[in-house]
Amino acid sequence: MNAASTSTPVLDALPTVRPDRIPLLLLPVLALAAIPLTGSFSTWVTLTFAGLAMGMIIFIIASGLTLVFGLMDVLNFGHGVFITLGAFLATSVLGRMTGWTESESLFRNLLAVLPAMAAAMVVAGGVGLAFERLIIRPVYGQPLKQIMITMGGMIVGVELIKVIWGAQAIPLPLPVAFRGSLLFGEAAVEKYRLISVVVGLAVFAVMFWVLSRTKVGLLIRAGVQDREMVESLGYRIGRLFIGVFVAGSALAGLGGVMWGLYQQTVTPEMGGQINVLLFIVIIIGGMGSVGGCFIGSLLVGLVANYAGFLAPKVALFSNILLMVIVLMWRPEGLYPVGKR
Amino acid sequence: MSVPLLQLEGVHTHIGAYHILHGVDLEITRGELTVLLGRNGAGKTTTLRTIMGLWPASSGAIRFDGGEIGSLSTPEIAHRGISYVPENMGIFGDLTVRENMLLAARGAKRVEDIDAARLDWVFGLFPALKRFWQHPAGLLSGGQKQMLAVARAIIEPRQLLLIDEPSKGLAPAIIQNMIAAFRELKQTDTTILLVEQNFNFARQLGDKVAVMDGGRIVHAGTMADLAGDEGLQQRLLGLSLAAHQ
Repeated sequence: MNAASTSTPVLDALPTVRPDRIPLLLLPVLALAAIPLTGSFSTWVTLTFAGLAMGMIIFIIASGLTLVFGLMDVLNFGHGVFITLGAFLATSVLGRMTGWTESESLFRNLLAVLPAMAAAMVVAGGVGLAFERLIIRPVYGQPLKQIMITMGGMIVGVELIKVIWGAQAIPLPLPVAFRGSLLFGEAAVEKYRLISVVVGLAVFAVMFWVLSRTKVGLLIRAGVQDREMVESLGYRIGRLFIGVFVAGSALAGLGGVMWGLYQQTVTPEMGGQINVLLFIVIIIGGMGSVGGCFIGSLLVGLVANYAGFLAPKVALFSNILLMVIVLMWRPEGLYPVGKR
Repeated sequence: MSVPLLQLEGVHTHIGAYHILHGVDLEITRGELTVLLGRNGAGKTTTLRTIMGLWPASSGAIRFDGGEIGSLSTPEIAHRGISYVPENMGIFGDLTVRENMLLAARGAKRVEDIDAARLDWVFGLFPALKRFWQHPAGLLSGGQKQMLAVARAIIEPRQLLLIDEPSKGLAPAIIQNMIAAFRELKQTDTTILLVEQNFNFARQLGDKVAVMDGGRIVHAGTMADLAGDEGLQQRLLGLSLAAHQ
């Protein structure tokens, strides 16, 4: 035994483990920098919560997209269709439960919203499964074709949504107990934004637990780095990818419900409009990185809200500007995944 | 004569438009360490990847433990009992040493599920892994990564190990550690197919040797015969053992 126990300088030396926390610091730095610019603390609190809520919803939608790219190098430009689908399903489910959504009772409101979220996740996940099998599978390893065919898939999907729900915008009012604001001193924070933050944190916590504490999560993290080696170890990466794609589609459906309620209006084009934001987020975060996606989403949400208040014209391109600045600093994103 | 554990017959492999293997015939005897030698581009790595199903054979037969595996997927081949250590070691750098080992132990959901005696045996072979158990594998040195790669391949009993150039880029002291570890491994009757360019390393370990050139096996025999015949070394490898030392 101890065949290799001979002590050598190589065996004794190992760099100290230093987690990279610098990107995490960007959030408090950005938020603190905005305090003097916004002019009043209460305005800053309102804007910050709005930014965090927006960021959390973006994270829910984008997390699946970044994992899909990380695992199989698949650029899914059709992700937006699952958002739209989720939002329209919410209009149908909540539209049939107006007695519950118009109730003053938070419990009855939740009993209406939760089935809408569940329906959106199940249907978006199911459509995601078909999307992967029929549209993405034939173009594995062909990035240009992936872009074309997934965009085409989204166009077809949106047209089908128009066939079912019509081309016009549909209002999606918040349930009564979700409306209004809570006052913290002079700062008003919309209740729904608080709810969005809580749901986003819950999704992040579950995702973090799955990725860091379960073997499936370990396989996903390993597959993002080197899928060929995962297969050589005896695991079917294709099945794992399908699972991640379905879960990512379901999360996009959930995000669609939340985004629809956030905007209180649902349009067939909403998914396509958010798509751009999603790609900005996953590029900022480092493609394939869930942690990076989380930070990137919050940065995008905060920047959009601060810029919208301070310089509305800049807000039009603030996220692109943010992406450019981040990429000049870290060309592979905040948390680049160590790919083979 | 015993039935070979692995048998390749007339295996051809194409990668895109390139025809890499031109009818490889190779037999690996159970319980022996066979070294596959040859120049750069001779087809050694392609042979291993073809056995593993990563670059499937375009024609020919690959039989393992009595069954045809040429048409199986890589995970199915791995489940038949073949472990593969690629040339780049295939370490998951963002995962810890512990997580890398847990992934390799297919039967374990948690580290506690890994056979403790087997894990102790692996730690005995490669003590550095125990010391750096919770460290990200990406921070390990080249030698430590190679140890982790081999440890992953043997954390559960496998019938055949395919190892691609384990001595590549390693310091001499680490190479001696690797040789000692492989000797220990040979005592467990594990069958090993080792691709190597370092003839001195190969000579110390190999029972059998096969030499490749131009995508074909051009010589197969015992390592003792090749090591003792300088003329044969010159003809097959272009260098004698003396020149390697």
